[in-house]
Amino acid sequence: MSKYYLNYLDELESEAIYVLREVWAQFDNPVILFSGGKDSILVTHLAKKAFYPAKIPFPLMHVDTGHNFPETIKFRDDIIKDLGVELIVGSVQESIDEGRVAEERGKNATRNALQITTLLDAIESNKIDCAIGGGRRDEEKARAKERFFSHRDDFGQWDPKNQRPELWNIFNGKHFEGEHFRAFPISNWTEMDVWNYIKRENIAIPSLYFAHQREVVWRQDSWIPNSEFLILEDHEEIVTKKIRFRTLGDITITGGIESDADTLEKIADEVSGMRQTERGNRSDDKRSESAMEDRKRQGYF
Amino acid sequence: MLDNNQLLRFTTAGSVDDGKSTLIGRLLYDSKSIFEDQLQAIENTSKKKGHDGVDLALFTDGLKDEREQGITIDVAYRYFTTPKRKFIIADTPGHIQYTRNMVTGASTANAAIILVDARHGVIEQTKRHSFIASLLQIPHVIVCINKMDLVDYSEEAYNKVINQFEEFSSKLLVHDIRFIPISALNGDNVVNRSQHMSWYQGAPLLHTLETMHISSDINKVDARFPVQTVLRPQNDTHRDYRGYAGRVASGIFRVGDEVTIMPSGFTSKIKSIDTLKETLDEVYAPMSVSITLEDDIDISRGDMIVRSNNKPEPVQDIEVMLCWLHNNPAKPRAKYSIRHTSNEQKAMIKDIVYKINIETLDRNTEDKDLKMNDISKVKIRTTKPLMIDSYRENRTTGSIILIDDTTNETVAAGMIV
Repeated sequence: MSKYYLNYLDELESEAIYVLREVWAQFDNPVILFSGGKDSILVTHLAKKAFYPAKIPFPLMHVDTGHNFPETIKFRDDIIKDLGVELIVGSVQESIDEGRVAEERGKNATRNALQITTLLDAIESNKIDCAIGGGRRDEEKARAKERFFSHRDDFGQWDPKNQRPELWNIFNGKHFEGEHFRAFPISNWTEMDVWNYIKRENIAIPSLYFAHQREVVWRQDSWIPNSEFLILEDHEEIVTKKIRFRTLGDITITGGIESDADTLEKIADEVSGMRQTERGNRSDDKRSESAMEDRKRQGYF
Repeated sequence: MLDNNQLLRFTTAGSVDDGKSTLIGRLLYDSKSIFEDQLQAIENTSKKKGHDGVDLALFTDGLKDEREQGITIDVAYRYFTTPKRKFIIADTPGHIQYTRNMVTGASTANAAIILVDARHGVIEQTKRHSFIASLLQIPHVIVCINKMDLVDYSEEAYNKVINQFEEFSSKLLVHDIRFIPISALNGDNVVNRSQHMSWYQGAPLLHTLETMHISSDINKVDARFPVQTVLRPQNDTHRDYRGYAGRVASGIFRVGDEVTIMPSGFTSKIKSIDTLKETLDEVYAPMSVSITLEDDIDISRGDMIVRSNNKPEPVQDIEVMLCWLHNNPAKPRAKYSIRHTSNEQKAMIKDIVYKINIETLDRNTEDKDLKMNDISKVKIRTTKPLMIDSYRENRTTGSIILIDDTTNETVAAGMIV
């Protein structure tokens, strides 16, 4: 006789597939927010499963800061080709050129906050009513209270005190013209679950996640990669280290860690022994205690 | 983690001073689920607020307003993993004005942890939490009698609480109740066995959570498959494919099973059960698959595929235990949208049979207002039949929500009687 229960990864997978199908059924024009990071790659993989043998019935959308790891863009284009789905690109550079936003100044300037405007503009101009993201509740304290189906008003804003209650698995995606939702199919996954699943399913991810010799500079307690956007301070110097990245964001703010993990097995082992959260290396989250909550309220991912 | 490790969801309800946050902090800390940078952030805040030492409770409040007021407002989800299981904690506030959040957290839980202060015994709040656990049919209830260190780890104090609890809980419908004497602050019987209570023969809390039998929590008898969407690939390899995508709500389906499509009543046989990875011979709750049938039948979202020898009841008049979730009270005889699995219809609340005082469990048949956090037995009529089971037998096909079409907000959640 077979066992009639699922293991935890199968249950998380089934839950995510269920959420993705609900999105498709309840919205007219959803997209997957694709950053090229492991979480959005995972969501895309789960969407492939949710609609098989049909292809993913909606586009992927990339908010391009212009400060990318070059590899991320190639990875994105390969996935799009493989899936045969449409790609929508929202460009932060265009938002800057059009005067919608102004570039931050100074050493730690990033285009992180600028993405909010580009994202909301892209959602509006493409008439998107649901943007599916790879956000997880274990990432950050403001995310711990996020719903699977999360309402945004017609300014794209999140009101954490006025969220719709979500009971059992009945999701309410009803909305008025101009409003949209964010959907988070992997809400209940932890970083460890993501790695265990990527390992089990052997999902392709950018080599940035694997340890390689890389040129980096030590800044704000982590190794920032050398790039054309990096402005060195007098006391700083570029060194070569064996580095991998736990998360992939803007190349200007994503800190790497010293590591020997160059296979999925080694990464999973390394992550299980980690004593720092993965966002601990993201300078965008270090700005204040409620940095994430403040950005989420404005419409961030 | 081993391949057959399961996921257990549990809820904790409590107020500021009953040690709930300390207990969660203890579980997360002792299972090494708190990271150094999170601990650092809490240490900084503790210092800023002038607390002595690290206040682990701070780890569990999230939003700015909650931190400022030192309370939990919304349900927060926490995660930890041991070599035996993955756990999801739905951490909910315990005050009466947050009943709706307790109900939300309880709706998906396998287990409820109810905290009782050993010094104060069973209080109104204990009764409220237990009632909600029973109403939402949480399969397992663990009553943790906390702060045992403050009653000299006395067995007598522990037994007194058990007697109080059993006295009032006989009115509730809970199948599996366990009692554990703990001190969340000192860690007694949380992760490690207490050195101070040799009279307690049972397992510590974590061991209990790791080993309790949860495979039977989902109904495996009544095969129900609500259709979420229809998959029609239109590509060369799957030209005539028509798959019904959904997640098995309960029971088991096998290829070749005689099935009936509700509400149309058409019958067919299961031709295949498909996933990207493989084609399956059988599928059970809560798996997400695509099912194809032998016959071409018009099936769409909201329909339910069931085994022909075991069908749910199609009804338009239902009795529901309803929890009102919204600031705007119910409008008598107003129309709402009702959601039941993937099915949506219009519905009207025809009658409020009684309202429950959730602190005394008394029934009030006079008060006909439904306000936020009220729990009432109501009669609902829908425009078209729903394919229902009773909530007691099936948490997925026995639950509904009501949506106010003028605001699009979810205003109520109901358990079908």
